[in-house]
Amino acid sequence: MFGLSALFLARFQFAFTVGFHIVFPAFSIGLAAYLAVLEGLWLKTGRSAYLDLFKYWLKVFSVVFGMGVVSGLVMSYEFGTNWSAFSQKAGPILGPMLAYEVMTAFFLEAGFLGVMMFGLNRVGKGLHFAATCMVSIGTLISMSWILSSNSWMQTPRGYRIDEATGRFLPVDWWQIVFNPSFPYRIVHMGLAAFLCVAFIVAGVAGWHLLKARREGHQASEQVRLMFSMAMWMAAIVSPIQVLAGDTQGLNTLEYQPAKIAALEGDWESESRAPEILFGIPDMESETTRYKIAIPYLGSLILTHSLDGKVPGLKDFPKEDRAYSPLLFFSFRIMVALGMLMVLVGLWSLYLRWKGKLYDTPLLHRVALFMSPAGFLALLCGWVTTEVGRQPFTVYGLMRTADSVSPIALPSIATSMIAFIVVYFIVFMGGITILLRTFAEEPHPGEHGPAEDQPQRAAGTTQVSHQPPSGPTAGAGMAE
Amino acid sequence: MTETAGFWLPVVWALLAATAIFLYVCLDGFDLGIGILFLKEKDHDHRNLMVNTVAPVWDGNETWMIFGGAALYGVFPVAYGTILPALYLPILFMLLALILRGVSFEFRFKSESPMSQFFWDSSFCGGSIVAAFMQGVILGTLVQGIKIENNVFVGSSFDWFTPFALFCGLAVVIGYALLGATWLLWRCEGELHDAMRRISFVLGGLMLVTIALVSIWTPMLHTTYMQHWLDMPQLALVAPVPVAVVVLAAALFLGLRNPRSHLLPFIATLGLFFLCFSGLGINVWPYIVPPTITIWQASSPPESQTFLLVGTMFLLPLILSYTAYSYYVFRGKMSAGHHYH
Repeated sequence: MFGLSALFLARFQFAFTVGFHIVFPAFSIGLAAYLAVLEGLWLKTGRSAYLDLFKYWLKVFSVVFGMGVVSGLVMSYEFGTNWSAFSQKAGPILGPMLAYEVMTAFFLEAGFLGVMMFGLNRVGKGLHFAATCMVSIGTLISMSWILSSNSWMQTPRGYRIDEATGRFLPVDWWQIVFNPSFPYRIVHMGLAAFLCVAFIVAGVAGWHLLKARREGHQASEQVRLMFSMAMWMAAIVSPIQVLAGDTQGLNTLEYQPAKIAALEGDWESESRAPEILFGIPDMESETTRYKIAIPYLGSLILTHSLDGKVPGLKDFPKEDRAYSPLLFFSFRIMVALGMLMVLVGLWSLYLRWKGKLYDTPLLHRVALFMSPAGFLALLCGWVTTEVGRQPFTVYGLMRTADSVSPIALPSIATSMIAFIVVYFIVFMGGITILLRTFAEEPHPGEHGPAEDQPQRAAGTTQVSHQPPSGPTAGAGMAE
Repeated sequence: MTETAGFWLPVVWALLAATAIFLYVCLDGFDLGIGILFLKEKDHDHRNLMVNTVAPVWDGNETWMIFGGAALYGVFPVAYGTILPALYLPILFMLLALILRGVSFEFRFKSESPMSQFFWDSSFCGGSIVAAFMQGVILGTLVQGIKIENNVFVGSSFDWFTPFALFCGLAVVIGYALLGATWLLWRCEGELHDAMRRISFVLGGLMLVTIALVSIWTPMLHTTYMQHWLDMPQLALVAPVPVAVVVLAAALFLGLRNPRSHLLPFIATLGLFFLCFSGLGINVWPYIVPPTITIWQASSPPESQTFLLVGTMFLLPLILSYTAYSYYVFRGKMSAGHHYH
């Protein structure tokens, strides 16, 4: 059918559904931590603007978390539907890790989510804060398990292969869980999730700062507060992320040199290697065309020394090479976005020092345009690491082509179309609701989803756009 | 030592997995049931009230399904790797339906135009029906058996399209609707309570009919199933089941007739679900992929099962206790004064 193979469709479908899914957990990880910080600061300082922001972002969290749960549900079955050979062989190792993720993280998140969302007036402040922290801790535990299993697929350790069945059997769980690339990945991914949310918050704040300026008044305390918090994150976390990315690069060079060669577009192994800034790698002719390169920089970045040896793709058999053209660009887009984030962070520090953080519309506009930057970088990073693992599912040991399920092409083509249609509807619905939420300014006496009784306190001016009370209000309950 | 571990670990895990699946069926059953009841209940305020009875807990309910997938993957990878390809299309439809219905929880409260309100209400209702139906089909297909050679599924994409499996789908839709109706009867008051009481009579009757039909139909599928019922340990286990069904059915209808009884119909329905579930379990035992793969053949090595079991012993009670706490926080009758969104 159109020259497509079932293997290609299975891969495309998996990439599509993971790509869709990964955005929401990353959003939840960052946002849950932000919510815990906001509530903690509110409890500590009593400053009501923190509570307003907490309730404002809680509405966002409810949408994002729900989308994460349902798109994650698909993932826990897709290993079996699309990659049944892989799951039978690697199941004894990866299955228990996934089950631990569910037991230590998913239940924790979902169990306390209800209290966090709707329980502020039912359980008291202290317990409610505990619930928020549990949800946040849950997202972090979840990230640890899933990155540990993903890292095991990249740098497998602690296993033996059963000769009769070809299955991977666990020998040392400690080595399996704490495999060599895990510590680097978890830091890189965790910081990425925080940056995703920092830039979304900055973008929303930037929008309201610009709007206030256009309307000729000062932005509200809440808007300024969240802009300031987001800019602190950008200034502090982006440079740390660059360092984290660099150490992960060193780790990858050690354990997966072929991936490094593919993402750098290097064909010949050499010392004093240049860094190719731009080029188009060609898998057939084994060259990178239209190169713009800086001498020595490649060795310097990858090995931290001017004459360090950098691998080339020709070191590896043709059938073991990942698809360089895709990696080359996904990697560069991620790095470029990271650098932009560092610049925004530094700029914000300078303006803060000058006392002009809230009076520089250009920064606010940049923040608005950069709001999806975190997610774009995250997706590019994910493409880099996963496509870079190809053509293997378990690096060096099990090929992707040997991992696929015996499913007929028509079935998988049907399901692909169904996924695209449903995800498109869901994504559009979610984006519409999020944008509508963002378009509202966080204001004093903010309504969370958390009220048992409609709260009509704080500021008579607000009443005009309060929704009618009670569930009878139905469609008017966007607030 | 290894011999006994190799025997007992899969048995323990089969029981744990069955418990998890049963918990899923009970918990997500009533919230899927609420979606199914949207068919009958068109009033907008009532619909909001219905959804609000599960708004704080549905994410947790759905998590049991994720746990089922993950545990199967870790503990019985051979079953995971054969059942899922065999049931590719029903599982796909179920997942897509669960996605649509899951996001509708949030979206229906936040939609502003009547058009989008209608759209998300419909997808909540339709998604719940399709998810419930497909769960029944999956169960029915498993019970009727899957074609396996050398641990690889060799049947066709439409092996699940049989009268028996489709009837199981219908039975699950009816069962979940009854579970939802009796849950709402317990958690709501006033008009909605009365409406649910009335509808539970009809659904209760239908459920008993489907239980009877599935009970007659199942042993006819395989001779092994028939022998099962007549073997000694099974016979002792199975003999009280019809009696228990009658007792619980009586409790259900008495509870429905007595206006002061609010919780009994829900409990009785859960009891009926438990009987059906354990009946099917005894039926297929010790096969996890009937009629060829037993729980021992499907197992991951003892190292994997032990590793997971150690944690599960601590974590499962913990999970159950904070889940119970969350239900406790949101206990009591939902009235029009309560709203979460």
